[in-house]
Amino acid sequence: MTAPTELERPDTDEVVELDRPWITIVWNDPVNLMSYVTYVFMTYFKYPREKSEQLMMQVHEEGRAVVSNGTREEMERDVGAMHSYGLWATMAKDE
Amino acid sequence: MSTEVHGFTRTLTGRIVLRVDVVEKGLLNTLLEQMIDLVAPAEADPDADPLAALIGIDVHAERPDDPALVRMFPDAYADDPEASAEFRRYTERGLREAKVVAAKTAIATLASSGEKVTLSEDQARAWLTSLTDLRLTIGSRLDVTEDNHEMLANLPEDDPRGGLFHVYDWLTYLAESLVRCLMPKG
Repeated sequence: MTAPTELERPDTDEVVELDRPWITIVWNDPVNLMSYVTYVFMTYFKYPREKSEQLMMQVHEEGRAVVSNGTREEMERDVGAMHSYGLWATMAKDE
Repeated sequence: MSTEVHGFTRTLTGRIVLRVDVVEKGLLNTLLEQMIDLVAPAEADPDADPLAALIGIDVHAERPDDPALVRMFPDAYADDPEASAEFRRYTERGLREAKVVAAKTAIATLASSGEKVTLSEDQARAWLTSLTDLRLTIGSRLDVTEDNHEMLANLPEDDPRGGLFHVYDWLTYLAESLVRCLMPKG
């Protein structure tokens, strides 16, 4: 059961607090370029290149990746932003 | 040196340049106009709550039927249609308007004469938005997969989708070249 835990929390160095119970998930799609997905993670989330590329590869290979967590309002903002970039994103309660 | 490189490049002085010939310009114009027709939000309902309209809430926003639009405006919650509908009412109109603005910005840059279009950073970002939207739309129409090249290679010569596949490939090339220009350092 360790793999799913890691899948849902790529930021093992960041503690998921109780007040950050929502997650934004980006799903793989056949259209968006790998370089573009990396660009979006670097530009919008301001993640370093290495983390952005890791998340992009996770989306590509595993079909999805959790890209952020926070309050419901924060995740609505992130999901809306991902949609504005043309990425397929959803939000869910982190359970 | 050859100046035959098409697509987007960043010059030594840091400007972003798009090189397209007159035929390519015409094609991009047509595609962008068609995309505006596809994504532009419906005219505001004259009976709509003016305050809601002012802050971009669309009480009538519903999940689109067109697969290309579903892809561009997906449900925000995988298994909560009610919350997704609520999210859509608050976001979809704004998303549609932003796509229209980006496409209009891109179209405006094509109006300059010549085959070399110099872009500001904002104009380049608008182009990236529009190229992404065009590829999502055409990709949805063509049902592309990640093995797109294989699909194209196996397409019968008289397949009516052939032309659109080549347009899609070309847009992919343009998008890839633009991402390279805009990729943050570090």
